[in-house]
Amino acid sequence: MASKSGIFNSSIGRKVAMALSALFLIIFLLQHFSINVTSTFSEELFNELSHFMGTNPLVQFALQPILIFGVVFHFIMGFVLEARNRKARAVKYVKTAGNANSTWMSRNMIWSGLVILAFLGLHFYDFWIPEMNYKYIQFNPADPNRYYEELLHKFEDPIRVFLYVISFVLLSLHLLHGFQSAFQSLGARHKKYTPVIKKLGNIYAIIIPAGFVFIALFHYINSL
Amino acid sequence: MSTAKGLDLTLKVWRQKNQNDKGRMETYQVSDISPDSSFLEMMDILNEQLIEEGKEPVAFDHDCREGICGSCSMFINGRAHGPGKRVTTCQLHMRQFEDGDTIHIEPWRATAFPVIKDLVVDRSSFDRVMAAGGFISVNTSGNTQDANAIPVEKEDADNSFAAATCIGCGACVASCKNASAMLFVSAKVSQFALLPQGQVEAQDRVLNMVHQMDLEGFGNCTNTGACEAECPKGISLENIARMNREYLSAGITSEK
Ligand code: HEM
Ligand code: SF4
Ligand code: FES
Repeated sequence: MASKSGIFNSSIGRKVAMALSALFLIIFLLQHFSINVTSTFSEELFNELSHFMGTNPLVQFALQPILIFGVVFHFIMGFVLEARNRKARAVKYVKTAGNANSTWMSRNMIWSGLVILAFLGLHFYDFWIPEMNYKYIQFNPADPNRYYEELLHKFEDPIRVFLYVISFVLLSLHLLHGFQSAFQSLGARHKKYTPVIKKLGNIYAIIIPAGFVFIALFHYINSL
Repeated sequence: MSTAKGLDLTLKVWRQKNQNDKGRMETYQVSDISPDSSFLEMMDILNEQLIEEGKEPVAFDHDCREGICGSCSMFINGRAHGPGKRVTTCQLHMRQFEDGDTIHIEPWRATAFPVIKDLVVDRSSFDRVMAAGGFISVNTSGNTQDANAIPVEKEDADNSFAAATCIGCGACVASCKNASAMLFVSAKVSQFALLPQGQVEAQDRVLNMVHQMDLEGFGNCTNTGACEAECPKGISLENIARMNREYLSAGITSEK
């Protein structure tokens, strides 16, 4: 019966797909952070890493499309689940007391997600579109030392820095629920390991976004 | 008998004539309610008052009034079965409220639990999920094996028993922001999955029950944990993780 529609057309299958895409994004974000943080202590290293990521064919033509697919899949699936869940309660309660039984983060994944999506729009506009334009439309010569300067330039604008900071706060909230939630969705729950996963998730959800905020503020303050 | 002062309360109750009626909240006053009375006794007093006034009493489900049948579905002040942990509405006492309080009383809200009248909802979607696989087939021809003859690990037996304490009340669905039935279905899947007797139909069971759950229009779990927090029987989220595992492995390996 169930196999008629296939497991990925089921509620649990969708959740599993959601969790897998989310775990992929979590790994990606760690890698992205590791590269960015070098900009706060070594211009050379940052340029070298950026140049590698920007020109390596495996990164450009295999990993990058996978990443874009992962992000797009994650938020589209997020919208699909949200729409289905709203339909599952067509008539709303007059009064609800959500705080009595769940966290704000867990109930508002769609809102934290939408802020992250808006941020990604800005981020693409800032870095990705100029990058694609530079490399694949204008066919400018490779310049291994341009990345650091481009980065500094972006973080001179206080409004942009402010938007970045707000987005990372929301990302932190998204992950404070999401990290451990992804493991539960996959059925990975264990008396011994789950408490460790929850701690690890909280550490990740705070340290990584705080790290990105630090990078943005670091360059902004240095530009003053 | 308690000498505590009676409570004067304002009740905002969902009234709906039938499935086609749009329904609305109506306001009633009750006075001198004993703090020792149960919430349902307070509702009885309201209903007698309404009958005396020549009005239609509020329809609500109730049966055992001792926390075991699961019928007393009421969403009180924004929570399934009202304030407090591990209680059903029949076990909720008026001492949880203060004199002068306004209390909101609504039916369970879920597309899969349509309102029949006032606070009464149709929970037959749960029955259909059970019929899809919530059973084991046992030979009853006279040579039935004694269940105690099959060794079961103590921890599995305990977890299975804990899952089997689910009373099918639907508070999990009512509390979940997604109206998801995962806690209920996972309890029913787990109680069998943990025992040797449940193995024969294990794959079909989880696939069919989840399929039926989806057909009924329950939402997707987003792991908020509201169900576990409001479940009167303390059914654990571990059951949901177990069902996810069972479902995935059955989905991948089943040849049907
Ligand atoms: C692009 C914008 C994004 C949107 C619109 C979005 C939306 C959502 C939504 C609605 C959920 C809840 C779905 C559910 O629990 O069933 C969710 C879960 C999650 N998201 Fe996102 N998200 C976005 C970006 C991200 C990013 C960048 C990360 C990580 C770096 C992330 C990590 C997670 C995690 C870990 C979960 C939990 C998965 C689970 O419960 O199985 N999200 N997201
Ligand atoms: S899991 Fe708990 S809340 Fe849900 S139906 Fe069973 S007893 Fe009721
Ligand atoms: S009336 Fe039976 S559980 Fe409340």
